[in-house]
Amino acid sequence: MDVMPKWADVILVPVISLLLAMAISALVILLIGEDPVAALKMMVQGALGSSYGWGYTLYYATNFIFTGLAVAVAYHASMFNIGGEGQATLGGLGVAIVCLAVPWPHWALALPAAMIGGALFGAAWAAIPAWLQARRGSHIVITTIMFNFIGAALLNYVLVNVMRPEGSMDPATANFPPATHLPTLHELLAPIGINFSKSAPANVSFLIALVACVAVWLLLWRTRFGFEIRAFGRSESGAVYAGISPFKIIMGAMLISGALAGLMAINNVMGEAERLVMNSVEGAGFIGIAVALMGRSHPLGVLIAAILFGFLYQGGAELALWTSIPRDLIVVIQGLVILFTGALDNMVRMPIERVFLALRRRRTEG
Amino acid sequence: MTDLAETSGAAAVAQGPAPAIELRGISKAFGPVQANRDISLKVAKGTIHGIIGENGAGKSTLMSILYGFYKADAGEILINGHPTEIPDSQAAIAAGIGMVFQHFKLVENFSVLENVVLGAEEGRLLKPSLAKARKLLTQLAQEYEMNVDPDALIEEIGVGMQQRVEILKALYRRADILILDEPTGVLTPAEADHLFRILRGLRDEGKTIVLITHKLREIMEVTDTVSVMRRGEMGATLTTSETNPEQLAELMVGRKVLLRVDKAPATPGKTILKVADLRVVDEDKVERLRGISFEVRAGEILGIAGVAGNGQSELLEVLGGMIPATGRVELNGTALELTGRACNGRNRRARGIAHVPEDRQREGLIMDFAAWENVAFGYQNDPAYASGWLMDNAGLRRDTEGKMKRFDVRPPNPALAAKNFSGGNQQKIVLAREIERNPDLLLVGQPTRGVDIGAIEFIHQRIVELRDAGKAILLVSVELDEILGLSDRIAVMFDGRIMGERLPNETTEAELGLLMAGVSDGKGAT
Repeated sequence: MDVMPKWADVILVPVISLLLAMAISALVILLIGEDPVAALKMMVQGALGSSYGWGYTLYYATNFIFTGLAVAVAYHASMFNIGGEGQATLGGLGVAIVCLAVPWPHWALALPAAMIGGALFGAAWAAIPAWLQARRGSHIVITTIMFNFIGAALLNYVLVNVMRPEGSMDPATANFPPATHLPTLHELLAPIGINFSKSAPANVSFLIALVACVAVWLLLWRTRFGFEIRAFGRSESGAVYAGISPFKIIMGAMLISGALAGLMAINNVMGEAERLVMNSVEGAGFIGIAVALMGRSHPLGVLIAAILFGFLYQGGAELALWTSIPRDLIVVIQGLVILFTGALDNMVRMPIERVFLALRRRRTEG
Repeated sequence: MTDLAETSGAAAVAQGPAPAIELRGISKAFGPVQANRDISLKVAKGTIHGIIGENGAGKSTLMSILYGFYKADAGEILINGHPTEIPDSQAAIAAGIGMVFQHFKLVENFSVLENVVLGAEEGRLLKPSLAKARKLLTQLAQEYEMNVDPDALIEEIGVGMQQRVEILKALYRRADILILDEPTGVLTPAEADHLFRILRGLRDEGKTIVLITHKLREIMEVTDTVSVMRRGEMGATLTTSETNPEQLAELMVGRKVLLRVDKAPATPGKTILKVADLRVVDEDKVERLRGISFEVRAGEILGIAGVAGNGQSELLEVLGGMIPATGRVELNGTALELTGRACNGRNRRARGIAHVPEDRQREGLIMDFAAWENVAFGYQNDPAYASGWLMDNAGLRRDTEGKMKRFDVRPPNPALAAKNFSGGNQQKIVLAREIERNPDLLLVGQPTRGVDIGAIEFIHQRIVELRDAGKAILLVSVELDEILGLSDRIAVMFDGRIMGERLPNETTEAELGLLMAGVSDGKGAT
């Protein structure tokens, strides 16, 4: 029998981890002389108290859903893809090329093409580390993290030397044509009578991210390839016995992972900036790791964790704007959440497991 | 049964001086599993005491408590009549307990002498310790027939020798009580006999020996007294000379058990599998198979005997498509791919080869997967398990329910993860999956390793049934009893070669043992 019931594993452990992270954050805020309760109120108000706040929270969450799913898919094949940052960077390049190269008549045509562009570039950037792992045994963690730097440098070069409009001093592409503008939640919700904030960046990509969650769930738990990915991830020797090609799984899982990370660009590049700038990913690739860890690599968990981190991002920004709590401390709080929900998982899990064991023993004996 | 236990047990151990080991009310739980429940045991000084029980009966847990690896939840340990706390292995050694593990704990690139001294060095300099150890080693070697070259490297000597080094390690630490955990698993019959001679010699010198095993034959052969463990509890303690294998088996399982395999003579048909000059070179450029040739016909079981690590695993892996090889293998007259991309388990299955691998936990099953997912494992691309481009999970669950019923898998819950079944039930899941494919050729590796006696009977019957249905079966097992009981023909492997072929009713364990040790007699394989 499993030690804990499933609900404890997927809900209780993350919630307690989160509460611990909040408690320590509160302590830190107290130490610098601010009021933690007021700070929390401000975060909640700023991130969830208005449609403007929600618009930002969901915008960030969309990024994290894509990068979180990317990490989750690779993780099921026991690949630790920490190259989401680089893959999303390259995905931005793919989206930008699609948006600028073709005179799109309507966003509904541009979006699928941009998705293909972003996914292809992201997948391509994951393909090289994947191939090195599958054929040469180079460790995927090392290669993907190196490819983050190469990706940043590559984008730098392309923006400065290739895609920068003539005469511009800014290392960024030209603005995308207006026809590629993605409808924001304001535009989407207005027809049904909901007045969503006009200035928040959340856009139709959020819906695509939700579809991606369902698609990943279908892939992993309903298709043969997903079955093979999960089998390989749990036992490589078992996979060989079953006639599952390790090469095929490593390449396949990493390509899908890279494609998901690349897809993020429809949100931040096409949906928000509407041009490609340097460092457009802003660390979302790394947040994706925490999101996948906290979400137990399950699409539903990833969705919830992504929204939580979206809340932290937006609430943190509000906090930095309106209080004297420095921006750095917001990063500390985010770091604490990552630390507790990801890295220190066992610290919370073990005592809870013990509690459940004791309960069960009492039940069987009593 | 308990009456008998108490009376004969009392006669054997309770009188005279304090017992070497006395356990009182030892209990140990791992989570919800009660591995040891209120165990009391007395082992008299200067005896060989066997502890027998099925896998998971709690034998190893008990001995780990005695050696300080686990802490008992309750109970008391008395060594030579003194209550003794054993929080770690250091304390166990100090109390005079030595342990020889199933998997040796030796440093491969150290010499015998260095291994013996390791951890028991005296003083800052190594030399005096080594000199002292050398003297003691020579002395012990003479006393107990334990010739080992003190300067040989561990990696260069055989497993039988390595085991002797483990025993010497314990003796060097002045162990009076020696615990051996499944010591014969890796030995040839001759090596096992030699081990037993050593153990008797040690006993006659006044040492106390505890032998943990699941092999009834060894208990009967070498022990003075025997305790039977079952489901975490210590059952009867008997005087070995007053019991018999049937009684012990019944005590282990809790019901009457058929120890022999019940089968009619084989009626072999046409050749199904033809192997010629099969060779495998591993990653370290070591030749694991050195030109193997044999045939398996329809309706017969060919048993491959041999000590573990002599190429049997590689043979199964080649035939199962897991590793490449050179040579020629024909199934029903058509060659199998031995290299390249087409050499994989999926293609082998498509050709009608089913494979029950040696290691069900690492290969045959995905332990975290539910039973129904494991039923699809290896056959996930079967159109019968698909609905459109998705997998037919509901259909798979139904199929699994049927298989569990037909193969008596308990509990019959398709949603339960494989790791939550007992060893025997895990093996039944693998067997159900492979046998119900109705393959032309079934590869079976160690079908009853870690499987309880009750399930062994069932598994053997199913394999014989498949044979009687006219299928070819290649059986690899390190259990000679199993090979002799199940096979219609026996091939013995040693060092990547087939040393000879025998018929089970025309050979003896001794003869097979010689072949397993690499002594050929010219009557080579056909």
